[in-house]
Amino acid sequence: MFAVAGTVPVQDFPLVTGKVFLEDDSICILERRIPVNRGTPALLAAAIKTCEVLDQDAPFGYLIGDIGLGDGSRMLYEYLIKVFQQSGSISKQEADFQAITFHYLQPDVDWHNKVLFAIEEMAKQPILIADAGFMYAAKMSGKAKKYDLFTPDIGELAFLADEKAPHPFYTRGFILHEKDRIPELIERAYKYKNAASCLLVKGKQDYVADQQGILATIDSPMEEAMEAMGGTGDTLTGIATALIGTGMKIMKAATIAARVNRLAGYYAKPTPATQVMEIIEHIPKALVKVLGENEEG
Amino acid sequence: MFILDFLKQMRSKTLDTQNIDRGILVFENTSEVIQAENILKAEGWKIRVMGPPPEIRSGCDLVIEIPLIEELNILRSLEKAKALPLEIVPVSSPLLKPVNLFFSKDFGKYLMIRAANMKLTIDKETKKIVNISGGGCPDVPYLAQEMVGKTLAAAPAPRKIGHTLCGYALQLAYEEMTRQCSL
Repeated sequence: MFAVAGTVPVQDFPLVTGKVFLEDDSICILERRIPVNRGTPALLAAAIKTCEVLDQDAPFGYLIGDIGLGDGSRMLYEYLIKVFQQSGSISKQEADFQAITFHYLQPDVDWHNKVLFAIEEMAKQPILIADAGFMYAAKMSGKAKKYDLFTPDIGELAFLADEKAPHPFYTRGFILHEKDRIPELIERAYKYKNAASCLLVKGKQDYVADQQGILATIDSPMEEAMEAMGGTGDTLTGIATALIGTGMKIMKAATIAARVNRLAGYYAKPTPATQVMEIIEHIPKALVKVLGENEEG
Repeated sequence: MFILDFLKQMRSKTLDTQNIDRGILVFENTSEVIQAENILKAEGWKIRVMGPPPEIRSGCDLVIEIPLIEELNILRSLEKAKALPLEIVPVSSPLLKPVNLFFSKDFGKYLMIRAANMKLTIDKETKKIVNISGGGCPDVPYLAQEMVGKTLAAAPAPRKIGHTLCGYALQLAYEEMTRQCSL
């Protein structure tokens, strides 16, 4: 079982925790419904679809409303610290996550560090996955190496490669110009200790890499329109998280997730106006096909 | 002619920040920075939104760089609008510059513009915003929820409802899209 911590774009949405399900175009947690547009709800929806195919438990969610003011994120950070610190005394379910993914949270280094310290005190160390705002904070904290998987897009990879940038908004131009030189950016991100043990780089081509360099390149099928679509990176992280939650090796999970996300996109026949839920609907079919090919291979 | 230009320059509120002491206005959050930037730019101050120095950086920050010599006048402007900063800090080292590269991609019926890590896509014929992608701060899903499906003219500007650096980057993409659509 795995957990996902993130925010939803509703100002007064309270902190809720529990198993997350998918009903029509919304995720449901404790009788609350949140439409799947992009962000953490899209990650969870993709993870749920993956779990359904694999006959796995639904993901456990730690969700709160935050529209960018950071108030919800800070409340969630505080709550997570308490939960992780008490992991020995709380229900086994919450103490026994195979993996935890941190997602759309206001990047805040101090809170990030407190959460990480609390996790390090847990009896069983979960696999740590970071994307979006929490990945920004993880990089800026100088503790990226504590993570098992980061899932940046190409622009975020450039940010990881820039040892001075505190946010992708400040990535220096000479590094941005290297966007087509992915191996150099990956090497630089590791050189400055700003990358997790494994990187899943999302883009026109997806890359799975570690400190040794690129281990896999996934470039087909190719749907140009997915670049414009919000949430396609979130779905990729969601699929990877769910696969890792089954105990699959991280590199293998990342590679399969990239193939599944691309294939689901291909099945959706997207235009730049397509919304991400249309791709999520195709994840089961894509996953079955990719896993089948993987077994044959 | 030269003297006239010189006098005009003296009267202008726009100051060259290269050769004088600079300071930064530090605010509680990015929303307040955006509000103060709007106020000061509307009054003609040549200020710059920049990244904070490492010692006051928390993760998702912007500061406003000002010429320190004009501190009191600038504070008066902000006080009138009830938008005072938390503090004013002199700076001597270079500040981080926001990404100022734009990238356009024409999909035929659709046009996408990327600024920093944010992408905005519209239907070229209707000018309707069809997608927003990129970014990692919590206001990105909120901005998408409020803007997608509306025309550029009818959608709220990211600077009005956004709160983070990702929101600020989306504002830059939105401005560039508006500029390209008006050509």
